[in-house]
Formats: sequence, structure tokens, C-alpha cells
Amino acid sequence: MFKTHYRLERYSIGLTLAIILVASIGGIVEIAPLFTIHETVEKAPDMRVYTPLELAGRNIYMREGCYACHSQMIRTLRDEVERYGPYSLAVESQYDHPMLWGSKRTGPDLARVGGKYSDQWQAEHLNNPRDVVPESIMPAYTFLRETPLDINDLSEHLATLKKLGVPYTDEMIANAASDAYGQATPDSERADGVATRYGDATHIRSFDGNPATVTEMDALVAYLQILGRLTDVAHGTDTATGAGG
Amino acid sequence: MVSTMTIRERQIALSLSVLVALWGLAMAVAGRHDLMGVHGFIVLLAGLAAILVIANGYYAPEPGPERLSSYYDEPIKAGLVVSLFWGLIGMGVGDWVAWLLAFPEMTFDASWATFGRLRPIHTTGIIFGFGGNALIATSFHVMQRTSRARLPDQLTPWFVLAGYNLFCVLAVTGYLMGITQSKEYAEAEWYADIWLVIVWVVYFVLYMRTLARRREPHIYVANWYYLAFILVVAMLHIVNNLALPISLASAKSYTIFSGVQDAMVQWWYGHNAVAFFLTSGFLGMLYYYLPKRAERPIYSYRMSIIGFWGITFFYVWVGSHHLHYTALPQWVQTLGMTFSVMLLIPSWIAAANALLTLNGAWHKVRDDATLRFMMVAAVFYGLSTFEGSFLAIRPVNSLSHFTDWTIAHVHAGTLGWNSMIIFGALYTLVPQLWKRARMYSPALVEVHFWLAIAGTFVYVFAMWNSGIIQGLMWRTYNESGTLAYSFVDSLIAMHPYYIARAFGGALFLTGTAVGAYNVWKTIRTVPATHDARADLPQTGKPVLEAGE
Repeated sequence: MFKTHYRLERYSIGLTLAIILVASIGGIVEIAPLFTIHETVEKAPDMRVYTPLELAGRNIYMREGCYACHSQMIRTLRDEVERYGPYSLAVESQYDHPMLWGSKRTGPDLARVGGKYSDQWQAEHLNNPRDVVPESIMPAYTFLRETPLDINDLSEHLATLKKLGVPYTDEMIANAASDAYGQATPDSERADGVATRYGDATHIRSFDGNPATVTEMDALVAYLQILGRLTDVAHGTDTATGAGG
Repeated sequence: MVSTMTIRERQIALSLSVLVALWGLAMAVAGRHDLMGVHGFIVLLAGLAAILVIANGYYAPEPGPERLSSYYDEPIKAGLVVSLFWGLIGMGVGDWVAWLLAFPEMTFDASWATFGRLRPIHTTGIIFGFGGNALIATSFHVMQRTSRARLPDQLTPWFVLAGYNLFCVLAVTGYLMGITQSKEYAEAEWYADIWLVIVWVVYFVLYMRTLARRREPHIYVANWYYLAFILVVAMLHIVNNLALPISLASAKSYTIFSGVQDAMVQWWYGHNAVAFFLTSGFLGMLYYYLPKRAERPIYSYRMSIIGFWGITFFYVWVGSHHLHYTALPQWVQTLGMTFSVMLLIPSWIAAANALLTLNGAWHKVRDDATLRFMMVAAVFYGLSTFEGSFLAIRPVNSLSHFTDWTIAHVHAGTLGWNSMIIFGALYTLVPQLWKRARMYSPALVEVHFWLAIAGTFVYVFAMWNSGIIQGLMWRTYNESGTLAYSFVDSLIAMHPYYIARAFGGALFLTGTAVGAYNVWKTIRTVPATHDARADLPQTGKPVLEAGE
């Protein structure tokens, strides 16, 4: 073995090829099967996609680096299930490009924060966390409320995600900007299309309490309120453990 | 810089700079309605600055053929200085965000000053800015010395160094503006990622070209590690950053993987960034500078071989230990845990090989703070690889994951191991490359050493405590069988440790500032010695024949 190496280390190309070979094996064995073994991701026929407004909110969540302090992954541990809700399933983040499971809980897990607090609480909390949680160490995001949401390129976002496998319809893509506006402006004509395209259960309301403008606060709160609620599969009695096949 | 290049190289450099400026212009125009436009202007400015520098020195006399009988050290000097500069930025931002966790009001109501946007500046500034520049600079040094060959030309090393730093600048300025992929340690967006691939391929080719000119039949072990660093980081970077931009005029892209597959790819990348950036590359540094400074041969050739191939093979499997108890299939978690534990063997072989090399030179460790930096680095390498294997065990991970224990572990590695070996290499290289008899102040090297040690200990102990307390509080039940503490209770318990951590970080940062001052004064005030022959290739012929 050492004699072979004594010869190998005289050839830079040989060394290069050996390193590439040896370093590839682990990744191939662990990653490739995740795309082919069907049990990896459960079936969730009721699962819907993010609306354009929620997607815009998700992009704000990413832009501000929220993942650095908040996980979105409830582990299969008793205390986590009791604190945060049913443990997370792979299918729940199947449309997440990228996933935001996180690696650190400087703040609490957010995988099932949707519906846990009111819109008003979320908006006040983002505006200045210490107004509602005096001990909080989260930064204040006062600018969200004043910043109008950029909705013009949302069609491009949806179209890109469709290319990557998220089942957006052509109609959803064409109406992305209109739907984003409509979801946060319940009294407008454009609100009707949102329910038609994304389902009657979609939250259609002014999330920041000001229906006159669609702000980044609207988008981020809309996203937080849908977290863990794109599908009910994790709440089911037998579906939570059973893979679809 | 320009005066050491041939006329032909100056011409190529000028054309490359024009190309970069045009690339910047294109980005600025295409992205004028998007944040990408700002990056376009930054690239344009970088290109114009390079044009100015080259034009300024364009008519300087061409270097004679006598250059070919000495090593080419100019880019190494620049790389070391830039690395220190990034170190100060990265550590400064890191300490600032550490204080933010204790005093969260210090964000001036500005988006760019929040923890979420500043934190990746700390990680990128340290890993890529401080660590990456030190790796590139020392690799240029090690590849020349161990091959007894000069770098193959005078332009490529500058391209690699400047191009790499352009990537770092694009990355950190992007985070300030909110341009990020939200993938940890791979936050930079698609166009910066593509640029890094170009730079990296040139770097690899440069390494191979230098090795091809070597006058030693065997490739020394430090080079194996540097090669593994370059090759595997390229593989990881390309796969993990595969993404589809929403348009060529936008900075925003969507990563092609989603959900559980993305999680696995991300931590395959994330942990192997630790492995091949912060371990392999730095072991390359250790395997050259520690024996050199101790003036002892490396303890065991066989241990070098086992350590190297063990690390290269085992590390790639272990990323999934970041995903214990998650929605990742259990078989992958188990594989990750198993290989993490096995990884301890090659890791400790490498650490032991370094420490045993010091046998017969321990009096030097006592007297020479520079060598002591490297000894401490090897010890911390051993400690943090043990801790890493331990934390990867599933039930241990159930307590430690998501808590500050991870932060303690990472900083035992980055402060105790990576930074210490960089400082050891730095204090070895600065007098040698600038041809000085010694550092400006050996006493300040001692001061730096003890500040770094104290800072590391305060930091790591604070985070060990807070992490374990946090983990225990989250899982404590009261007598009635319900959770005893709310999340906010655990947050309040963290406060004193967050202050202690920020204080430890400040000590470490102060040490680095002392080091930077010492390096500056050495370059500026210590008289040069003229024994240039001491650092020449030991061969009669020029190391690089004409026709390069």
C-alpha cells in the first residue's frame, strides 16, 4: 500500500484523479438515492403551492437572513412536538427552493407558526419585537411597513419555479402580480381570482392592517401565516407516518 | 506588481481587465432596475482600477531573465496582507453581531445593520476572506518551495488573487443589500458563483503547472492537502450552487434542488466546506510550516498517507449529521453518524503526526510564540475533531443541535485551529518574504498569542455553557408532565453568556489588531537583510527556463 503510494505521489494527474474518485463516493451514495427512492418524500395530494404574495414574503424572509436564527424543522423528539407541533415531513418543503430548515434556534422554530398568532401580533412583532415580547433579542424591522412590495417581476419568479418542478399553472404565472395585489387587498376586484386559483382556504386580507398599499410587511406576514399549513398531512393520524408508496 | 511582469503579460493583463470592466458594464446596464446593477458598478470599478494600475506601470523596464532563478513572492505578500485585512473585517463584524445578541437595539432602524444581514458577512469574511486568502497565499509559497520551482508565470497568480477577492467583495456587499441565496456559507448569488468557478479553475491549473515544473520527484504531503482543497471545493461549490436566475438582468435565482434533497446537498456542501476548506487546506499549511519552524522532519510518512486518504474519503459522508431527527431518511442520518465517528481516526492521526513532529523541539515551543501558535493549532484541531465526532452521535445531537453548543464547536475550530495556524504561518512568512531579520516586536507576538488564547477560551466556554443550558431547558419537563420552560425563559438565561462571548471575541479581535500592527511595523521599519541566497532553490540551473 505504501509502496503504491510512493509511486502515485510522483504523478500530479494521478493524484488528482485519485482525490476526485475517493471524494466522490460518499456524496454519490448518500445523495443520488434521495432522488430515486419514492419513500423519501411522502404523498400529499391536498398540498398547494405558495401564492405570489407568500412567495414574495418568503423571499423577504431569505433576504433578511431570518434562517440564521430560526429553524423550520420540527425534529422527531417529544419535547419539540409538544412545543412546536407535529414533526416536519419531507413533503412539506417539497416546493421550497431552497429549503429553509435552518441550523440554529437563536429564536424559536417557525415550521408551524402559521395561524399561531394574529396578523396584528405578527406585524407589531416585526415592527418592534420588544413591543410584544419584552425579552426578545430580535432586530426591529420597522422598514417593512413603509416599503411598498415590488410585485412587477413575480411572474418571472413563478415561471422560474415552474421550470424547476413547482406546479404553477400558466394562469397563475400570468396573473402573479395581480394575485399578489389582490390577496392583500380583499375589497378589490383582483381578490376574487386569488381564491379561484389557489383555493378558498387562501388567506385574503390586509396583513399589515393597511389595505391602501401592499407592503413588504403584508408579504412577510402572509408567508409566516402559511408556514406549516400548505398541507394537513402532518396532522393526520396515519398519514403522518405512512409514506404514499 | 506590474514591474515584475513581462511586456506580454502586461498586455494580457490589460485585456483581461478590459473584459472585466465590460462584464461590469453589461451587468450595470442589464441590472439597472435591480440590485444587480450595483454589483455591475462594483465590477466595472474593479476592472477600471486594474486598468489604471497596469497602465501606470506599463512602461516600467521589463524584468530580466535573472528573475527565473528566484521564487516569485510578490503575490504571496499581497495575499497575506489582504488576508489580515479580511480577518479584521470578519472578526470585527462577528464581534459586533455578538454584541447585537446582548443589546438588540443597536441596528439604527436600518435594514443592512440587522443580525440576519451582517452574520453572513462575518462567516464569508472569515472563511473566504481571511481563510481563503491565507490558503491561496500560503499555497503559492508551499508549492514553490516544495517543488523547488518558480510559479510558471507572473500574471496567473495575480489573476487568481484579485479575482478571488472580487468574489469576496461581491458576496459581502450583496448581503448588505439583501442579495443572498439563503444557503449557509454559499450565500453569494449566481453570477458571483460563476465568476468563482472561473477563478478556481485557473487556480487549479496554476497549481498543476507549478507541480509540472518541480525539481523533486515526489509531491510533498502539504501539496496533497492543497490539491484536495482545490478539487473538492470546486466540486462542492458547483453542485450546491446550481440555480436558475429569474432573468439575466436580476440578481435573484432559485436553487434547482428543493426540500429534503436540497437539505442533503446543502449539508454535504456545508460540512465539506469545513472539511476541505477549513481542514484539508489548513492541514496543508500545518504540514509545511510546523516542521519548517520546528526544524524537524515530519514524524511519520505512513501516518501522513493514512491521515490524508482517511480524511478525504470519510469526510464526504458526514454532512448528514447536520440533519439528525429531521425529515431526511434515517438511513442517511445513520451513515452520516457512522462515518463521523470513524473520521476521528484519520483526524487524530493527522493531529498526532503534527504533535509528534515537535518531539525534540519542545524547548522551541516554549521560547517561540510563532511555533507555539502552530502547536496550539494542532491541539485544537485534535480537540475540535473529537468534539465533532461526539456531536455527530444522534442522541448527543438531539441535545446540542440548534443550540449555542454548535457555535462553541465551530469557534473552537476556527479560532483555536484555523486562526492559530494562519498566525503561525504569517509570523513565519513575513520576515522571510520581506527579507527582514525578525518581526518588529517579538514581545507583541507573545501578546497576540495570549490574547488569542484567552479570547478563544472565554468564547468557547461561554458558548458551551449557554448551549448546554439551552438544550436542557428546551427538554425539561415539570412534575405535571408539561414543558417546564418557555422559549423566552431560555433566551433570558442566555444573556450573561452572550455578553461573555462578545467579550471573548473582542479579546481575540484585539490580538489580531496587535498582529496587524506588528506586521505593518515589520514591513515599514525593520531594516532589510541582504542574504537573498538563503531562500533560493538549491539547484544550479534557473528554476524556470526561458520560453515560459
